[in-house]
Amino acid sequence: MTASILTVDDSASIRLTTRVALSNAGYQITEAVDGLDGIAKLNAGQFDLVVTDLNMPNMDGLTMIRELRKLPAHMGVPVIFLTTESDNDLKQQAKAAGATGWLTKPFDPESLVKIVKKVLGR
Amino acid sequence: MSFPDPIAVFRTEAAELLEQVEAGLLDLNVNLGDKDQIDAVFRGLHTLKGSGAMFGFEALAAFTHHCETAFDRVRKGEVPATQALVTAVLGAKDHMRALVETPAGDHEATSEALLATLRNAVEGSGSGSGATSSAASGPAQILYKIHFGLPQNSMANGTNPLPLLDELRDLGECRIVADRSAIPSLDVLFPTDLHISWDVELLTTQPRSAIDDVFIFVMDDMELEITTVEAPAPVAAAPVKSAPAGAAVEAAPAPAVTQQQAVAPAAAPAPAVPTEAKQNKASENVRVPAEKLDELMDRVGELVIAQSRLSQLAGGSGDLQLRAVSEDVERLSGELRDTMMVLRMVPVAHLFSRFRRLVHDLAHETGKTIELVTEGESTEVDKSVIERLADPLVHLVRNSCDHGLETPEERIAAGKPAAGRIFLSARQQAGEVIITIKDDGRGINKERVRAKAESSGLIAANASLSEQELYQLIFQPGFSTASQVTNLSGRGVGMDVVKRTIDALRGTINVASHTGTGSEISLAIPLTLAIIDGLLVRVGAGRYVLPLSAVEECLELSIEDDMRSRGRSFISLRDSLVPFIRLRDLFRTGTKPDPFQKVVVISTGSERVGLVVDQIIGDHQTVIKAMSKLHHDVATFSGATILGDGDVALILDVGHLVAEGQQQEAHLRAAG
Repeated sequence: MTASILTVDDSASIRLTTRVALSNAGYQITEAVDGLDGIAKLNAGQFDLVVTDLNMPNMDGLTMIRELRKLPAHMGVPVIFLTTESDNDLKQQAKAAGATGWLTKPFDPESLVKIVKKVLGR
Repeated sequence: MSFPDPIAVFRTEAAELLEQVEAGLLDLNVNLGDKDQIDAVFRGLHTLKGSGAMFGFEALAAFTHHCETAFDRVRKGEVPATQALVTAVLGAKDHMRALVETPAGDHEATSEALLATLRNAVEGSGSGSGATSSAASGPAQILYKIHFGLPQNSMANGTNPLPLLDELRDLGECRIVADRSAIPSLDVLFPTDLHISWDVELLTTQPRSAIDDVFIFVMDDMELEITTVEAPAPVAAAPVKSAPAGAAVEAAPAPAVTQQQAVAPAAAPAPAVPTEAKQNKASENVRVPAEKLDELMDRVGELVIAQSRLSQLAGGSGDLQLRAVSEDVERLSGELRDTMMVLRMVPVAHLFSRFRRLVHDLAHETGKTIELVTEGESTEVDKSVIERLADPLVHLVRNSCDHGLETPEERIAAGKPAAGRIFLSARQQAGEVIITIKDDGRGINKERVRAKAESSGLIAANASLSEQELYQLIFQPGFSTASQVTNLSGRGVGMDVVKRTIDALRGTINVASHTGTGSEISLAIPLTLAIIDGLLVRVGAGRYVLPLSAVEECLELSIEDDMRSRGRSFISLRDSLVPFIRLRDLFRTGTKPDPFQKVVVISTGSERVGLVVDQIIGDHQTVIKAMSKLHHDVATFSGATILGDGDVALILDVGHLVAEGQQQEAHLRAAG
């Protein structure tokens, strides 16, 4: 069964990069443009993994992770967030909010696939 | 309850693993391409190595590692399985047993010699591919001991611990034990919380940073201890130096075993579960020391005795309530006895399996081709009987291999297939188990048996003997017809030991042989030695027990019949004459016979004899007690039992009495 992944990012180019990389790796991709959209998409479906940016309009990544963990149906869903090297403080906050792992920007498609595989397991 | 000694548990496990390995090797010997057996042997060695290291059997782990590596290469198709390899690993397996039993002993020289043989066996198969890289040149393997626990909420936050374990497995050979001790009771357990921590032994060439990478996302919040233990294969260095070309065995780098994970032994020191839900069947069993079973058996025996006392008391009183209770107790103790019996029964498969090795070795030593065919392995026999059967069977199988079977040349000349066959079978018949050892060899040479018996003074010259009597001579002490004494048999010791052991088990031996087509020795052994259903009889003032399984029927012997027989001691039973023995005379009771005596007809297979008794009292659950050493050579009785009223009744030895009766018959016939 193909794992289904939700990518949440306000940047279209990042959404495209992640879509291409993860589709090529055989995953089913759904996209959301911000946190609110992300929660809406989550409620409309079932996902094995969420990849999200942190800085987004309407609802930021941190809030979305916190909201998501409150939804019983998505409680244990792994969440990978995208962050930058410099922002260690934000990383700690995201972890505290219930994120599973992270990927440092800028990233190449291979390392994204590697992280996704690591979190999803075999 | 205390936990069992983990070392003892490991030893038991190791013995089983070694047996599995041996069975696999022997199967492999028959069919060298058998992938399943190659895998089975590899798995056995792998688990043995892993558990060995875990329980501190370092030398065993290091030594086994080499055999495992060799088989790993066979498994991967790098080298073929050969007879030489199987023989080498069989030899190594025996050494592993020694390493398990006496880990502190000085085994180094033997280890090296065996590893050299193993290397030659692998080399000899013509594989040079692995020899290019040796263990010495590759990165050294390091054994990491990792303990880790994840934050309680990590599963809720999307961290699945299983992929982490998988990642560790990808790094090298892993032994993973889950520690469940922190799991709270069900009423306070929150399902998404994680309470399990893990102990992992990882054997890898990867650096420590690779392990850190596994835990990268949880590193800051988790509990993680990583310690490095010494490289586990110190022995590897020496042979590599002394035989650089022979490094093939060590050549394969750390096998990344992923599909079959080291499952924690059933009773690891801490209450542990295998990390995967691969609970094997064995974990549903409870291992009980044999002596505890014996103890329980003794108690059941005592209970049966007490119960029969109760039955007697209740029977004698008019109290109906007491009788009802007594009947209940009787039924329950009977059921308890039956359950106990079943507990003590073990299949003979275990016993038979060791003969495969024996036959393999014997074939090797005698230069004969021998095939062992076993049948009825699931037949169950009392544990203590099985234990005592082992030695006699070894003698008999040896004899068949050594004397019975011809050399391949002789066999071909006789128009037989070059490979000799030995059949080992077990089946149940009434209250007995019949174990048959049959070969398709040359058969017993009757003339030679007779000549030998005459020359050693066992029988008089020209004595007339039936075929069976003649064959029974081979069980006499010091008897051997082998013209050549080999390493295996022919020293004349053994067969008499067989006879003595089977006698002690209250069993009988039957020999059949056909010149040129083979011989067959059947052992009939009572299923159990502890409790039997007996028929209680009275002779004079004494009471005696006959095993009910041997009783065919009971008749009345009228005074007229008795008078008419006039010491000829035969009764006519449905047109056949059955000899009978007056137990009153045999035991010299000096009492007057009852006016209506009874004849109990007993049999052992085809032979029958009647026993004249004064009274038949009835069924009796008989707890057999051995007679003292003082009465060891009393042949008429096989044991004693305690009756309900506390009296002792002797148990009649049916085999002996039947033989006596037949002798009497032969004697009378000879006298006309």
